[in-house]
Amino acid sequence: MPAPFILDRSSVTQVMAWVLAALLPGIAVYVWLFGPGILITLSLATVTALAAEAAMLKTRGYPLKPFLSDLSAIVTAWLLALSLPTLAPWWLIVTGTLFAIVVAKHLYGGLGQNIFNPAMVGYAVLIVSFPVQMTQWAGPLELTGTSLTLAQSAMVIFGGDVPRATLDAVTMATPLDALRTGLLQQFTVDEIMTQPIFGRYGGTGFEWLAFSFWIGGLILWSRRIIDWRTPMAFLLGVWLTAGFLHFFDAGRFGPPWFHFFAPSVALCAFFIATDPVSGATTPRGKLVFGFGAGLLTIIIRTWGGFPDGVAFAILLMNLSVPLIDAWTQPRVYGGADRRGKEPPA
Amino acid sequence: MMTMTEFRALFQNGLSKQNAGLVQLLGLCPLLAISSTVVNALSLGLATMLVMAASSGAVSGMRHFVPHEIRIPVFVLIIASLVTVIDLLMNAFVHPLYLVLGIFIPLITTNCIVLARADAFASKNRPLHSVVDAIAMGLGLTAVLVVLGGMRELAGQGTLLSGIDLVFGADAKQFVLHVVPGYPGFLLAILPPGAFIALGLLIAAHNWNKARAEQRAHAAIPLPA
Repeated sequence: MPAPFILDRSSVTQVMAWVLAALLPGIAVYVWLFGPGILITLSLATVTALAAEAAMLKTRGYPLKPFLSDLSAIVTAWLLALSLPTLAPWWLIVTGTLFAIVVAKHLYGGLGQNIFNPAMVGYAVLIVSFPVQMTQWAGPLELTGTSLTLAQSAMVIFGGDVPRATLDAVTMATPLDALRTGLLQQFTVDEIMTQPIFGRYGGTGFEWLAFSFWIGGLILWSRRIIDWRTPMAFLLGVWLTAGFLHFFDAGRFGPPWFHFFAPSVALCAFFIATDPVSGATTPRGKLVFGFGAGLLTIIIRTWGGFPDGVAFAILLMNLSVPLIDAWTQPRVYGGADRRGKEPPA
Repeated sequence: MMTMTEFRALFQNGLSKQNAGLVQLLGLCPLLAISSTVVNALSLGLATMLVMAASSGAVSGMRHFVPHEIRIPVFVLIIASLVTVIDLLMNAFVHPLYLVLGIFIPLITTNCIVLARADAFASKNRPLHSVVDAIAMGLGLTAVLVVLGGMRELAGQGTLLSGIDLVFGADAKQFVLHVVPGYPGFLLAILPPGAFIALGLLIAAHNWNKARAEQRAHAAIPLPA
């Protein structure tokens, strides 16, 4: 902790700019391993988010410039875009971003008032409403051997006439999907894991993406923009829950390192669970919040109806934040503890 | 008898000022569960209104004979008998719709807006007033249901009046309006969250409208010279 006379001049804009910067290594690796399609998704989400933000600010009678330039809408847009399939149709991206900014952010009162993480609300709306369109993931270049150029990706995203074969050559089931389908077809985890989509720890290519999000997370932590408690507790929750299940029946439950090195878990641990608005605020509350989200992620992944559980786990924990915060209020130095007992004089 | 002013006041209450769906927020379970299409919403709204009108009339007619202490069980019995009648009638004449609405027809019995009008209004007023009040309240609820159904159906499947063949037979299928042809569908609007979000938007619109009207009324007061 810095000495009390050292002023921390970090503004919302600075924090958001650091978050965006910390996402850059992840985006670079994404482009390198999966093709440039993600750049179009990111730009489209950014433009939509800024337009929606401007429209909502104007309707609510707020000045545009200070709020538009605080970059918070762009952070939401990028987090959502990174959660969406690489080659999702344009209207999917626009719908999700609009929902995140208009409903989850502004209808709840704007930045600082939103009880749910806007990006995760956008994702949940899309996965519930359009499960089929949410499967167009580009496969890792290492396996597909080829990727769409920027122009071809734009064609796919904006509904151009792309031959089915071109698309089939570059899209693949994600490792999570592959695990899920395999288990439903009564294969054991070991049998499923022999597929080429599974790498050393996580998925081929996907584990490197996860690693690059870890680097971004460490940057944020070293700048003290995020607290270590939430990501640590989240990763611990994921590892312990998955580890317990895997230990209990290794044939039916994926190994903990597979879940641990998934990009969705890394993105969530460092960029989503650490949202200062919708997450817990007390030190012990952050541990509870993170661990609960990790536990729920694995439970929803294993028994839920959708391939990934991160978004639903975060939304459920967002709901519990007022309770967690109320129960984990730290004792004021020299004051009474939670049971009303005064410290000895 | 009833004066025109009273009549108008009752309707104003039911349709806007004390609207069951938007202001009192009573009877939300059927409101949220059934409002996935216009036809479902309208049918359940009308059925509820019929039950309300009949039960309010009956309750008001016997209000001097019901001991105060056991009035609620007596009201519930009256409402339940009337709901049974509606239930059997719908089963006989609009059977396909009856199958779609299912448990929500018998559940009108437990709809608190019906009991609320019986206890709060009918048990203290004359039969004619009570019936008019119940119809106004029922119409207000039906209106909210239909708007909600329209919003959800349009956003969810891009049609209006789908399922109208359940009421008027297979020939009526041509009346279904495909507002947005080739719509991919938006499942969220059909699912329960869609009902909550749409109702929230309606309540917000209602409050906004009310606040604006109040502001205008305030501004209209001439300043003393």
